Amino acid sequence: MTVPDRTGSVGRSYPRLDGSAKVRGQAVYADDIALPRMLHCKILRAQAPHARILSIDASAARRLPGVVAIITGRDLPIRFGILPVSQDEAALEEHKVRYVGDPVAAVAAVDEETAAAACEAIEVEYELLTPVMTIEEALKEATDEPIQESFSRRRDNIHRLVSYEFGDLEAGFAAADHVREDVFFFQGNTHLPMEQHSAIASHVDGRLTLWSSTQVVHYVHRALSRVLELPMNRIRVIGAVHGGGFGGKTDPFAHEIVVGKLAMLTGRPVKCTLTREEVFYAHRGRHPTLLWYRTGVTRDGRITAMHLRTALDGGAYGSYGAASVFYTGTLQTVTYDIPAYKFEGVRVYTNKAPCGPKRGHGTPQGRFGIELHLEKIAHELGLDPVEVKRRNFVKPFSRTVNWLRVTSCGLEECTAKVLEASGYAQRERRTGHGMGFAISAYMSGAGTAIYWNDMPHSEVQVKVDRTGATVYCGAMDIGQGSDMVLAQIAAEELGIEPRDVRLVTADTDLTPVDLGSYSSRVTFMAGNAALEAARKMRALLVEAVADRMGVADLEEIDVGGGRIGEFSFEEACVIATTRFGALSTTGSYKPPRIGGPFKGSGVGPSPAYSYSAAVVDVEADPRTGIVTVGKVWIAHDIGRSINPLLVVGQVEGGVYMGLGEALMEEQEYRKGLHKWPSMLEYKSPTFLDTPPIETFLVETIDPEGPYGAKEAGQGPLLPVIPAVNAAVFDALGVWVDETPITPEKVLRALDAKAKGKPPRHGPRSFPAVPYGEPIRVDPPARDDLRVGAELEAAFGQTPGAH
Amino acid sequence: MPTWLDREVEKAVVRLLLNGEEVEFLAPVHKTLLEVLREDLGLTGTKHGCELGECGTCTVLIDGRPQLSCLVLPLQVEGRPVTTIEGMAAGASDHPLQAAFAELGAAQCGYCTPGMLLVAKSLLEANPRPSRAEIQEALAGNLCRCTGYAKILEAVELAASRMVAT
Repeated sequence: MTVPDRTGSVGRSYPRLDGSAKVRGQAVYADDIALPRMLHCKILRAQAPHARILSIDASAARRLPGVVAIITGRDLPIRFGILPVSQDEAALEEHKVRYVGDPVAAVAAVDEETAAAACEAIEVEYELLTPVMTIEEALKEATDEPIQESFSRRRDNIHRLVSYEFGDLEAGFAAADHVREDVFFFQGNTHLPMEQHSAIASHVDGRLTLWSSTQVVHYVHRALSRVLELPMNRIRVIGAVHGGGFGGKTDPFAHEIVVGKLAMLTGRPVKCTLTREEVFYAHRGRHPTLLWYRTGVTRDGRITAMHLRTALDGGAYGSYGAASVFYTGTLQTVTYDIPAYKFEGVRVYTNKAPCGPKRGHGTPQGRFGIELHLEKIAHELGLDPVEVKRRNFVKPFSRTVNWLRVTSCGLEECTAKVLEASGYAQRERRTGHGMGFAISAYMSGAGTAIYWNDMPHSEVQVKVDRTGATVYCGAMDIGQGSDMVLAQIAAEELGIEPRDVRLVTADTDLTPVDLGSYSSRVTFMAGNAALEAARKMRALLVEAVADRMGVADLEEIDVGGGRIGEFSFEEACVIATTRFGALSTTGSYKPPRIGGPFKGSGVGPSPAYSYSAAVVDVEADPRTGIVTVGKVWIAHDIGRSINPLLVVGQVEGGVYMGLGEALMEEQEYRKGLHKWPSMLEYKSPTFLDTPPIETFLVETIDPEGPYGAKEAGQGPLLPVIPAVNAAVFDALGVWVDETPITPEKVLRALDAKAKGKPPRHGPRSFPAVPYGEPIRVDPPARDDLRVGAELEAAFGQTPGAH
Repeated sequence: MPTWLDREVEKAVVRLLLNGEEVEFLAPVHKTLLEVLREDLGLTGTKHGCELGECGTCTVLIDGRPQLSCLVLPLQVEGRPVTTIEGMAAGASDHPLQAAFAELGAAQCGYCTPGMLLVAKSLLEANPRPSRAEIQEALAGNLCRCTGYAKILEAVELAASRMVAT
């Protein structure tokens, strides 16, 4: 690709724009907001995992001094949910509760303590139902009734089933010299943002304003409008400074709707901040997932066919689950060339906190499985696992068997970097020491909107007037630094410094719609929209300046260093405003249609994939089973690094979070109760548990990303987890085929090995699932890179879905 | 019926030396220092992650030593110097730790940052040239979910080197 090197701000490390506010305690997070006459809200939550609500008596609670309003499910009967197919949640449940923590009633009172006391005084009579706590139980017919009667299939608790066959699986397996099956389990875990969710609502002049610690103001806006039955033009949602999301603040939540309703009822501002325990119940974290892989390979390790089955424990509600189930299976083909691929997935409802999108959304489970499965295949064939993986790497600018389009791909370079830096090939081989290698890919934004529409995914406005430039964008900076990226892009095009660009973001009254900070989409999509808007503005400024200078050829007008032609940027703004009047430009980005001609092809396509490779070094003590990570080397194909400081920060954060999932983090239940809804008992890595991380950024300059950029927020987490397991095998010769690798599991695997059993610990079987007949899809030509209308026009001529 | 409403809520007048200024306030005796700082005194720079003494986020300095403000009652620290994040910078100029955190990207979402900074300040005052292990040990009670701690470590080292040099 021949994108000229930038001369301005793109590619340079700048600290974030709000860095000073954050180190001085001046940044205003949602819970820091206090409005005059503000009431405090507490939510009464179910204490039974599965029960019918027979009655709710709030009369005693209402009599408590200081209680201003109490609402129950009757006040908020309209159901909602992030996906159109899963409108299965209520802000407050009226007839039934489905997990411990399900919201039932809400109190607005003069202070938090009174609100909490009133919640305790509300009498709820339940009829207990049998809780369903495992995937296996959920697949069976329900004992009394399904958890979600309207959304389950038949009498069981199956939420979604998907089944696809791409290419000729039978022929693929027939061509194999060797076939292997493995079963893995990926445990659920949670985001654990440092900030507890918080929302504050104010209803003035018939208009509702909500400040929230959300990742997506637009989705909260939609849910409020639906449930509160207010037109969207009467609602304003503002993203407060964000204290960490990782996917956990991407759904609209009960407390956001409840404070809106209470503000409308009381005429006073109402705030609700979740306790840490409630944050564990809000969850929407990693789905516990069982995976079964069957793969055929040639003698030299080339994949001929792969069959994957996954089963996801979804918890009590849909959330993003209908997409999550696809994500466990769709992206395997984006790293490895699989000529024939069958994928079957199921998501079940259980009586647990709802699962949803956590950093990597559905793909860490599938990535964990495929990386370990290929390791095992290589060992069985007596081949080097790294070589086997390399032999199967996808080619840049190709199309996968399931119709995903791969553009730039730095897998080879990433692999070479980490192998060399870690000295993997020459690693010290002794019992208790090992290294593991793994790779991954992730989307730079989903190719399809979560609710059907043909509008842009990102819209940006750039305004210039006599006071300078301002960028308006609906995206929410959740700490990753997306505001800085927008400022840098505008600054690059306008020839000024990023700090001279004013930003207005994540405010539904002021900013055009952006689908928000999830799916690793902001730099790519909002970035592309900002680039378009800024380029249009630059053209206007250049034209006005050229006119003033009497220069006919616009190419002669240099932009940069705070100058446009012979004028300062400020002078150019005055000249252009004088010439054209009010100056505002817009940019939009909508990913092209990429998916193939079959139902369900919308999950998985992305305009570009990032790639990562990691090597993890561990000490694994055979006496105690304790695994200590010594160092992580990671290389990430970022496309182009718009701000290396921020990108490295994202990579390091992803590696850290991956290590937590690999070694200790788990959302576990006992007798219907969350086993450890506290930060002390839910183990996450501390400063002392986090090893040095050496990061390499690989630039492949993607043709579609802004300046060639791709994502960084999620991909780098993915290879870390299987690399830890591979390193433990390297150290001790045993497999722990599930997460997290606790000392107990290591010892169990060593024990199995000592007894002459298969040297592993992990699930032994995969349950029977009624996946049904697959949708059979003919693969595209591997060099067919058509997208959009061109691709759609071709669907008529190419053999598509049967 | 809830018990606390049945009895008089005992309140007390408390005086603190807060960020070098004398402050006096009336608050229920069971209200934590964290709550009083944020809700009564308007110092929302002190954050909270659990309110159970588990995450380190709400750390303030009392007599220069890190304390979890969610576990401290104001009466316990009556008359003693309390430093919050708002008291860390000297007027317009950042403390070297603040400057280093902002410069190196040690604050991403920034929510754990006030607590981290105050613990680091106390560390560098007691030990101006800490080793990496000493920094990690000192900050091990403060959780961060964004950074993987890498940039925080670098920022503390950078600030320490600058402070020793001046």
